[in-house]
Amino acid sequence: MADIHNKEIDQVSGVETTGHEWDGLKELNNPLPKWWLYLFYVTIVWAVIYWVLYPSWPLISSYTTGILGANQRAEAIAAYEEVIAGRSEFADKVVATPLEDIGKDQQLLQFALANGQAAFGDNCAPCHGGGGAGSEGYPNLQDDTWIWGGTLEDIHTSLQYGIRSDHDEARFGEMPAFGRDELLTGEEIDQVANFVASRVGLTAEEGVDLAAGQTLYADNCAACHGESLEGIQEVGAPSLMSANYLYGKSLADIKAQIDTPRNGVMPAWAGRLDPATIKSLTLYVHSFGGGI
Amino acid sequence: MSTDTETHQAGQAGQTETWFEAAKKIYPMATHGKFRRIKWGLLFLTLGIYYFLPFIRYDRGPDAPSQAVLVDMENRRAYFFFIEIWPQEVYYLTGLLIIAAVALFLMNAVAGRIWCGYLCPQTVWTDLFLWVERKVEGDRRERMALDKEPLSFGKVRKRITKHFFWLMIAWWTGGAWVLYFNDAPTLVWQLLTFQAPMVAYVWIAILTSTTYLLAGFMREQVCIYMCPWPRIQAALTDEKALNVTYLWDRGEPRGSLKQNRKLAEQGMPAGDCIDCYQCFQVCPTGVDIRKGMQLDCIQCGLCIDACDNVMTKIGKPTGLIGYDTDENIQRRIEGKEPVYEIVRPRTIIYAAVIVLVGAIMLFTLLNRDFADISVLHDRNPVFVELSDGSVRNGYTVRLSNKRLHSRSFMLHVEGMPPNTSVEAIGVDTSFAGRPILEVGPDTTREVRVLVTSPGWEKLPPSTPVTFRITESVMGEVVTAKDTFKAPDRP
Ligand code: SF4
Ligand code: SF4
Repeated sequence: MADIHNKEIDQVSGVETTGHEWDGLKELNNPLPKWWLYLFYVTIVWAVIYWVLYPSWPLISSYTTGILGANQRAEAIAAYEEVIAGRSEFADKVVATPLEDIGKDQQLLQFALANGQAAFGDNCAPCHGGGGAGSEGYPNLQDDTWIWGGTLEDIHTSLQYGIRSDHDEARFGEMPAFGRDELLTGEEIDQVANFVASRVGLTAEEGVDLAAGQTLYADNCAACHGESLEGIQEVGAPSLMSANYLYGKSLADIKAQIDTPRNGVMPAWAGRLDPATIKSLTLYVHSFGGGI
Repeated sequence: MSTDTETHQAGQAGQTETWFEAAKKIYPMATHGKFRRIKWGLLFLTLGIYYFLPFIRYDRGPDAPSQAVLVDMENRRAYFFFIEIWPQEVYYLTGLLIIAAVALFLMNAVAGRIWCGYLCPQTVWTDLFLWVERKVEGDRRERMALDKEPLSFGKVRKRITKHFFWLMIAWWTGGAWVLYFNDAPTLVWQLLTFQAPMVAYVWIAILTSTTYLLAGFMREQVCIYMCPWPRIQAALTDEKALNVTYLWDRGEPRGSLKQNRKLAEQGMPAGDCIDCYQCFQVCPTGVDIRKGMQLDCIQCGLCIDACDNVMTKIGKPTGLIGYDTDENIQRRIEGKEPVYEIVRPRTIIYAAVIVLVGAIMLFTLLNRDFADISVLHDRNPVFVELSDGSVRNGYTVRLSNKRLHSRSFMLHVEGMPPNTSVEAIGVDTSFAGRPILEVGPDTTREVRVLVTSPGWEKLPPSTPVTFRITESVMGEVVTAKDTFKAPDRP
C-alpha cells in the first residue's frame, strides 16, 4: 500500500505517484477525467431507479416486481395472441371457403400453404418425412399412388378421421392374414404371389403354377384389389400395378404381406388440430403433386 | 498555468515534447471574397438538396410511392427518381461507394483536402453554426470579449439565443434524415401530431444531438483528431497537388507595414507580408499558413480571401497566399517558372475509373431485367417415381415482376424430352402445356412447379434444365438453371 504520509512526486511529469512500483516503474496517480466520473455516478443512480421500476432482485421464492409491473412473459403472451388474432382473419376465410376454391385466391392459397407447411413439419413429418416422401410402411405423399384417394376431398377426409384410427369415421380396411390365419396354404401363397409378381413386371419363380395363382387371386384378392390389380380406393386396397409398394416391391415382400399383412395406422387429426389447419394441411399435401 | 510549469519541468528533465495540450478555443473571424462566396454557394446547394429533396414528388402510378427519393425499408425498395432498387440489387450501392471513394482521390490529386474545405458535412454545418454564432454574439473580438465577461443578463440571453438556433438547425437536420425513409408530407404531419413511429423520433434525437455536438462544439477537433481522411490523404497526395500555400519568397522578410516600407525605401529586402495575422484569424482550424503546409489545414481558402483583402488595401498584388503545389515551391527556390499540371497520369486514371464504374452502372441500370426468376429444387425427395414409372421433380419457383403493373409470364422448361409435362400448382391457365403465371405489380410470386418425364424416357441421373419465363407483352425473357434428377436405372 502507498504510504499516505510520504507522497512522492514523479520528477518527469510532476505528478504524484501511488507508491506502487514494479521493476522500477512507478504508477502515477492521475485522477479519472471528471466526465468519466460523473457518468459513473449517473450509472449508479440509474441502477437504483431501475431497481425501483423494474423486476430486479431475486428473493427466496419470488423476486421484486418493480412498481411499473413490467412482465416479459405477459408481453410475450400478448404478442402471441396478437399474432393468432392477426392470423384468424385468414384462418376463418380458409374454413369458410370450399377446398377447391381456395386456390383461386392467391393470397389465401399462400397463407394456407405456409400454414400447412408448418403444421406438416410439426405433425406429419415424423412418419411421412420432412418432404412427404415417406418410407417403407409410411406412404409417399409425393407420388401418385393414393391408397385412399389423392383428391383434395380424399386427403381432407384421411386427415380428419385417420386410417384405422380409433375415430368413429376412420377409414377402415384390413387385409386378411392369409398365411397366419390359415386361409391359404404355403403353396397357395407362393402361387398367388408369383402370379402378382408376373403381372407387375417382376420375375416369377420357376416351376410355380401361375394359372393356379390366377384362380386364387380371382377368388381371394380381386374383391379388394380389383380384377386387373388396379386397386379399389373405397376399401383402401392399393393398386398392385403401381411402381411404388408401401411395404416393398419384391417377391419376398409380396409373400410376406399375403402371409401376415401389416396394416398401418394414421391418427385422426380432427379435434387435435383446428379445422383451418387441417384444411391448410390438405392443400399443402395436395401441392406435393396430388393424385387421384 | 500548471501545465506550463509542468512543461517547463519536463523540458528541464530532458523531455522535449509534451504529450498533452488542452485544446485552444478558436474564434474564426468573418471574411469575404472569392472562396467565401464559393463556400456559401456550396452550402446553399448541398443543404438545400439535403433539406428539401424528400419533398420532391415523382409520379410512379397508383400503387407506388410518389416520393422522388425514398428508401422504403418496410417494403424493401429504394427509389431514386426513375430508378427502383430491389434488395438483391444493392450492389449499385457498391458502385456508388467506389465512385465516391475515387472521386475523393481525384479531388485529392487535384487540390489536396479540398473536399474538407468545401463539401464535407462537418465543414458545411460548422460553417452554418459559425454564421449563427456571429449573428448572435458578434465577430471574433466580440466573442472573445464575451467569453471573458462575467455572467450577466445580456450574456445569458445571447448564449440562449445561440443554442436555441443551433438546436433548431440540428433538429431540422435530424428531421430531414427520417424523411428519406417515409413519405415526407405524411411523416411531417405524423411528427407534428406525435403519431410517427418511435424509430423516427429516436433517429431525430440521435442526429439532432450529433449535429449539435459536432458542429457546435467539436468543430475543427473533428477535422484534426477524429477524421481519418487527413492521414489517408497525406499518404495519397503528391507534389503536384494544389495546396493553400504562403508564397514566402514574396512575403518574407515580413514586418509591419511601416517597417517594411521603410526597409524598401532604403533598398533593403522587404517582403509583402505585413504580419497582420488576418490569415490566421479567419482560419476555422486555427492554422498559421505562413508556417507552411500543415495537417490541420482543410484547404478552405479563407486565408486567401483574407490576405487578398489586405493586399488590395495596401496596394499590392493579390495572391500572397494561394493554391500552389509543392513542386512550384521548389521551382521558385530554384528561380524557375511555376507549372500547373492538373492533367497527369494520376488524375487521368482516377477520372477514367470514375467514368468506367459510372458507365458500368448506367449500362446495367438501363439493361437490367424487370423480371427475375429463381428456382429451388426439392431436396427431400429429389425425385419421385410415379405408379406408371414416370419420374417427377418438384421445384419452388419464385418470379419477380419489377414493373409497376401486373404481368403474365409463360414458363417453359428447356432441356427435357418432348413428352415432359410442366405443371404449376394453383395455376390453371397454360399455353401449349406451358403454365402462364400472373404476377402482380412490383411483387414476387412463389409457385410450386412439378416437372414429369414419362417412364419410357431413359434419363441420366441428372439432366441440366433451364427454366425460361417469357413475358407475354414485351417478350422479355429471363432464365434460371437447375437439374432434373432421375433414378439410376439400367
Ligand atoms: S490555413 Fe487557410 S485554407 Fe487552411 S484551413 Fe486555415 S483558412 Fe482554410
Ligand atoms: S493576411 Fe497576408 S499580410 Fe496578413 S499576415 Fe497573413 S500573409 Fe501576411
